[in-house]
Amino acid sequence: MATPAVLTHPESLKNPAGPSEFAKHPVNTALSKADKVALYTKMARIRHFEQRCIRTYQQGKIGGFLHLYVGQEAVAAGTISLLGKHDHIITGYRDHGHALMVGMNMNECMAELTGKVTGCSKGKGGSMHYFAPDKNYWGGHGIVGGQAPLGTGLAYAVKYRGLKGCCLAYMGDGAVNQGAVHEAYNLAALWDLPMIFVIENNGYSMGTSQERSSAHPGCLAKRAEGYGMAWDVINGHDVYEVRAKTAAAVKRAHDESKPTVLEIFTYRYFGHSMADPDKTYRDKEEIKEYREKKDPVLLFENELLAEGVLTPATRDAINEAAMAEAEVAAAFAEESPDPTVADITKHIYWEEDNRGKDTTSRGTIVFE
Amino acid sequence: MAVITYREALRAAMREELQRDENVVLMGEEVAQFNGAYKVTEGLLKEFGPKRVVDTPISEAGFIGLGIGASMLGIRPVMELMFWSFSYVAFDQIVNNAGNIRYMSGGLINCPIVIRGPANGGTNVGATHSHTPEAILASHPGIKVVCPATPYDAKGLMKAAIRDNDPVYVMENTILYNDKGEVPEGDYIVPLGVADVKREGTDLTIVAHGRAVITSLKAAEILEKEHGVSVEVVDLRSIRPLDEDTVLASVRKTHRVLLVEENKPFCGVDAQVAYLIQAKAFDDLDAPIGRVSSIDAPQIYCKRMEDQQLPHPARVVEAALKVLA
Repeated sequence: MATPAVLTHPESLKNPAGPSEFAKHPVNTALSKADKVALYTKMARIRHFEQRCIRTYQQGKIGGFLHLYVGQEAVAAGTISLLGKHDHIITGYRDHGHALMVGMNMNECMAELTGKVTGCSKGKGGSMHYFAPDKNYWGGHGIVGGQAPLGTGLAYAVKYRGLKGCCLAYMGDGAVNQGAVHEAYNLAALWDLPMIFVIENNGYSMGTSQERSSAHPGCLAKRAEGYGMAWDVINGHDVYEVRAKTAAAVKRAHDESKPTVLEIFTYRYFGHSMADPDKTYRDKEEIKEYREKKDPVLLFENELLAEGVLTPATRDAINEAAMAEAEVAAAFAEESPDPTVADITKHIYWEEDNRGKDTTSRGTIVFE
Repeated sequence: MAVITYREALRAAMREELQRDENVVLMGEEVAQFNGAYKVTEGLLKEFGPKRVVDTPISEAGFIGLGIGASMLGIRPVMELMFWSFSYVAFDQIVNNAGNIRYMSGGLINCPIVIRGPANGGTNVGATHSHTPEAILASHPGIKVVCPATPYDAKGLMKAAIRDNDPVYVMENTILYNDKGEVPEGDYIVPLGVADVKREGTDLTIVAHGRAVITSLKAAEILEKEHGVSVEVVDLRSIRPLDEDTVLASVRKTHRVLLVEENKPFCGVDAQVAYLIQAKAFDDLDAPIGRVSSIDAPQIYCKRMEDQQLPHPARVVEAALKVLA
């Protein structure tokens, strides 16, 4: 089992800006110049989409909760960039970054936030509930840890069908204390499912630091050992490292049908959600430190500038295009219509959406 | 037509669907090697092997969640809960995930899962193992709930549930498992949302579901023999979807209604049925709607008292005579 013999303390992972030791990993040297530019572009798009969301939220156009992914881009970008046809993903409520990575467009994502019928869930899901099953993206789940058993089921289905694929189920560091997550761990290990649990450890479960919420703080992935699962810890500020170490877990899932727990150390620059004033549980200095020295987009940018893959001009063009794309999305969301009152009772049951087709149901299904 | 038990009828439905569709998988605690805690799945492991009939750990949130995830990719899991009372530790999966996924995805995702098992009192096992959550679950749009009362309905509803593209929760009854009835050997379904007039009559309509149907049929016999009353018994069979037309047609025929269920009364299924009748057949009623439920308390352990707590024929007869007075 590819288990680190010695517990790696996260401090050792918080490496300063500089060349990534994982740049030379085969999974990264396999990337063409165009691939690298595309990966950087995707990270920049997540960053600019989320920053545009802040404005839309502040304009009062986004209701409910808005959990931003700013600071965590390398996690979704690095992991999802490795996936193929039979690989599936599912996550919690901080789900925008994954959505853009799988190829959902900014328009449908922004329109969902503003509750418009043109949104990816037709205005019925909101920020926490994005879905794109045609892109193997199964949400977007609002209850902490609830996606872990569902993801295990996706992995089960892949295995049942005899396909070479896997499921990545993402969760935050707060989710590891949910019972459903441990039940999913047990099932994935017991049944040798091609499953990768990705803990996006941003240090805080809402306003409660890891030290105050989890026994054995310092390494949450190590709990995998209790279930005989492989595990690893990853510096989530370095997209090359995310790719290199996740690739090993994907290979384990594909070749051996074995699960892995990955703990990826990352950081969010904004509060738990936009409703969190972010004043009580961490220092501004800490946020500044991450923004300036460990920013995943900036680190990758520096890497690619040094490699000669990006130039300042191409970098600027990519960022300007992403900002413009987000502006277009905001305008699209603004101009799109709301769902109608009649739409409230659509998409509850299969036969309501498939009238005229054979069905096993009759009778009254939606009540006055 | 063969006469088989309610248990055998359920098993026949699952066997036929396992044969018909390779995506059907049975899963649950003790369903395979142990042959089922109540022997409903007896012999199916031997016949279909461990890929199709799967023992799970005692981990309802985990394995029900797994089944829901698998169903999103087109597997049709039939998950056994040893008791529906155990569903409460998997409530997030059963309600939040299965019940909402189609809606929250704007209709993009199907969740064709069946969750089945007994949901009844009357077995002398105390309050934690005696819940009847059909009203709780049917109150959530996105979920379908059926409660078969006879072997024929058990097989037909189970097959319809497995073929349905939405989550269907089948609530069985351990006391009915040994009941016998005529069941066709071939393929048939009882569509979800179609009630059945189990006994025709002219003076009083009793609306019931699950084992309360059997109790009501016994009461109807007594009412006819001892009181000369002709009772019609409507078996809802399905709680959601609900067959409003059959209920209302019977009310319009008899003009007097008694509702019987094994739920506790507050917010029970019959609260909704009573609303339906007064809203759509008020002018057809010649008397206030009567109601018999379990006595409103957590399920009592003492067997003699539990038999009193549940609706029984004498209590149904008494309530019927009040509606007829």
